[in-house]
Amino acid sequence: MADTATSLGVRRSSIRRASGSRLHRGRRTLAAALFAPTLLVVGIFVYGFIAFTLRVSVSKDYNPLNRDLTATPGLLDNYAELMATPRFQASLRNIIIFTIAVLVVSVVVGMVLALIVDKTVRASGLFRSIYLLPYALSFIVTGVVWRWIFTPETGINLLLQASGVSGLYQSVTGEPLKPGWITDPTVAGSVNDLIAAVFPGAADFLQAQLGIPLALIPVVVAASWQLSGFAMAMFLAGLGGIPEEIKEASRVDGAGAWRGFWNITFPLLRPTIVIALVLLGHVALKSFDLFYAMVGSGPGFATDIPGIFVYDQMFRALNYNIGAAASIVMLVLVSVVVVPYLARTYAREDA
Amino acid sequence: MSAIVTRAPRRVGGAIARYVILALFALAFLLPLYVMVTASLKPARDAGIDGMWLLPQVIDFSGLATAWERISPNMLNSVVLVIPATIISSMIGSINGFLLSKIRFRWSNVAFVVILVGMYIPFQAILVPLVQFLQSVGLYGTMPGLILTHVIYGLPITTLIFRNYYVGIPNELVEAASIDGAGVVRTYLSIFLPLSAPGFVVCAIFQFTNIWNDFLFGLVVIPSSTLQPVTVALNNLSGTTSVDWNVVMAGALIAAVPTLIAYIFLGRFFVKGLIAGSYR
Repeated sequence: MADTATSLGVRRSSIRRASGSRLHRGRRTLAAALFAPTLLVVGIFVYGFIAFTLRVSVSKDYNPLNRDLTATPGLLDNYAELMATPRFQASLRNIIIFTIAVLVVSVVVGMVLALIVDKTVRASGLFRSIYLLPYALSFIVTGVVWRWIFTPETGINLLLQASGVSGLYQSVTGEPLKPGWITDPTVAGSVNDLIAAVFPGAADFLQAQLGIPLALIPVVVAASWQLSGFAMAMFLAGLGGIPEEIKEASRVDGAGAWRGFWNITFPLLRPTIVIALVLLGHVALKSFDLFYAMVGSGPGFATDIPGIFVYDQMFRALNYNIGAAASIVMLVLVSVVVVPYLARTYAREDA
Repeated sequence: MSAIVTRAPRRVGGAIARYVILALFALAFLLPLYVMVTASLKPARDAGIDGMWLLPQVIDFSGLATAWERISPNMLNSVVLVIPATIISSMIGSINGFLLSKIRFRWSNVAFVVILVGMYIPFQAILVPLVQFLQSVGLYGTMPGLILTHVIYGLPITTLIFRNYYVGIPNELVEAASIDGAGVVRTYLSIFLPLSAPGFVVCAIFQFTNIWNDFLFGLVVIPSSTLQPVTVALNNLSGTTSVDWNVVMAGALIAAVPTLIAYIFLGRFFVKGLIAGSYR
């Protein structure tokens, strides 16, 4: 086997040499030269700029006027200060909860919609267009509209009253149902006491309530509204790659349908799920516009996220070093999701 | 025979259930758009708290007129931004995609991944040096500065879209051209560029939507409110407490119209762009 491969390789390269490898080499060199400007620009504006931000993040008091890059006494002083800040702790808590919730909701909704749309012949194009339509909108438009819908005096709460849900709730519990939605500072299910009991040292460090801020729920709804259609489009593309006979086999009516899905369709969709999680995950982790337009930092930083924290530090508080450190933390969060994915696809392509 | 008889009603039932689920989801997906459109057609007193979900009693264009007056200069800014930025970044993406998929020089796969990383980074991590750079070349706060920013940070995605597009065009065309003595540049200009129209439509719609909907770069690169793109103006409008909800919703509608039109009429290409931009 190996011998044949080598001899083939030799033969191919000798043919190439015979038909003018100088020409080929010339083409490749020219192609590389034509691509070089892009590489240079990305090298500076992505990698170089990140390196600069990294440098600012370990500087004592850099600002764009003094451009003073004197480092802090300890290398990670700014990061230590940042991590001990109650607001940034809340930011990290919020972005992680938000990302997980959005991923779960949009992947599940997207997959359910894709499976039904893929099966439905008539009008499936219309439904597909409706579900994907929010994705064409700006997060600012989404945020502005959803903010109004989740304003407690109107919107959803009006629907709750009109549908009788509020009345039912009051008659059962004796309390009026008046969710504060985006104005609610409650952090549900806080585990701080538990952590304090197990790790007494951690309790002093933890300044933020470690639980689920209820004000995040409306933002999760808005983001999922916008992103589920994207997940659906990806799953439809994934389903399109599954041969019709296999799909038919998994579509046995009745009791076998569910098992057919789990055993046949779902495993074939797994690569698409991974891509959807990576792409939606990095979008969610980088969130800025939607929060900025819809809720801002929220009551008691209940909806503060690193994207907004960085913006506030850099362009409002003019605290560039802490802002830069927080932006590097964002970069690390995104890298955790994206780098394994890129490395894996790259390794596969190279093999 | 009996199997067919017993299974037919269940099939019909299943189809009805599917349509009911699809319709309910469609309703939920359209609800915010319903609120936005109806509120922008109401007079201020009807677009308040109590009547939010009601249809307009009278059609009133004062909200749209006021919103247009407030944000139309910024709509124009967005147009002036999005057209050159989309064209330039698509052109460069096309050349890059061709080089990476059809000529394949040494390290071209590595180079591709190195470029691609640029579309995943949070832009917060480059804002300080970006502003400093734009200030030092005199482009900070200007439309050319914002266009340049979008062209540069659009390089990864446009390169990716075109690379995926050209992969579908047979390599034999390159070989045939090289036998005819055509060099890299001529092969691209006379063979691949004429075949690229669908790729350009997909890439242009994708970039048009991306850049039109961008907020962060518009906010940071341009501090002057008269020069900012429409997304920033809409956010300012909605943050003003003295402005009525019908005006805010009308502003949201106006800002959304260009991408909505692109989506409704060219949705097929929009989806293609999404998929081409997702897989590598």
